[in-house]
Amino acid sequence: MKLLVLFLTFVKIGGFSFGGGYGMISLMREEVLSHGWLTEEEFLSFVAVSESTPGPLAINMATFVGSHEGGFAGALFATIGVIVPSFTVILAIAALLRNFLKYSAVQGILLGVRPCVVGLIAATGLSMALSQLFGIEKIGEFSPDWRGVAIFLVLVLTHLILVKLKKKPPPVGMILFSAALGIIIYGLF
Amino acid sequence: MIFPLFCAMLKIGLFTFGGGYAMLALLQNELVEKKQWLQREEFLDMIAVAESTPGPVAVNSGTYVGYKIAGVWGALAATFGVCLPSFVIIFAVSLFFDRFLRLRAVAYAFSGIRVCVLYLILRTAVTLFKELEKTPFSMTVFGLVVAGMLCASLFASNFSTVLCILAAGAAGLVFCTVRRKAREKK
Repeated sequence: MKLLVLFLTFVKIGGFSFGGGYGMISLMREEVLSHGWLTEEEFLSFVAVSESTPGPLAINMATFVGSHEGGFAGALFATIGVIVPSFTVILAIAALLRNFLKYSAVQGILLGVRPCVVGLIAATGLSMALSQLFGIEKIGEFSPDWRGVAIFLVLVLTHLILVKLKKKPPPVGMILFSAALGIIIYGLF
Repeated sequence: MIFPLFCAMLKIGLFTFGGGYAMLALLQNELVEKKQWLQREEFLDMIAVAESTPGPVAVNSGTYVGYKIAGVWGALAATFGVCLPSFVIIFAVSLFFDRFLRLRAVAYAFSGIRVCVLYLILRTAVTLFKELEKTPFSMTVFGLVVAGMLCASLFASNFSTVLCILAAGAAGLVFCTVRRKAREKK
């Protein structure tokens, strides 16, 4: 039963994530939190590991959450689940609908979906930042983690300096840097 | 054809960090330039389709490329190849992760890393926002989604990502149809 739930949940995640990478972050978070599979903290740690290991973020997350919930079989069902919608849709397009992108209905739908996905990523990032850094999960709550806020500010500052120097801050590099900051700041204070 | 395709995709899955878009450069180098299995134009079509359909860009492009090169079995081999490294590596990591997190230094490091993930997500949102075509319609959708989701989270009420995407798609469809009708009248 658990395997079926895992499979179906990840079919849903695969079927409704647009735009690659963090396009799935909002739905993935909603599902793993509402099923009680992960806490917000675990979710963020899993994203970090998925980002620092090779392969697509969505596949890594599916395998990780699946394994956490149901061992090897869980990992397998979740990973296959997240692939199934992509695979079917793309096969149908490649085989049957060569002019898929030229249909005006498809263009119309994408016109709405694109800004929606960007909004979902932004709002997910903001609401996680509010709860993790400032302890605001509901309106009226406020218990900030100043060490986290400090790390966040250092990362943003580093990002801005690197961009000013015409360098693109590498995600894995930033993760390693934040790990060092975490050991220093949480270890000392 | 199937086995070389599987191996090529396995290699791409193993050496891509950070998801779909990073992979497109590798795919192009391997399939278009080195192996010449695909024409440049087909490759560009593939990117457009992979970006506009649901699911991870890596899986979408793998399936598409595999099908173009060797039919349904090619699609299966390519998709399997690109996902296999992820699966093996992450499964291995997941076996030790809980124990690993119990080490004090690691727990501190992850307290920092979690903050970094927030930064990475927000940074992606900023990049995508800059790339977004800014029309009154797209900005309205963007604004409503951000406001709606933040309010739902602050007032602890339910928010459904799926419904939100469906509604935005429907709104886009209606907007497009109305705009076309208006133009036809002129």
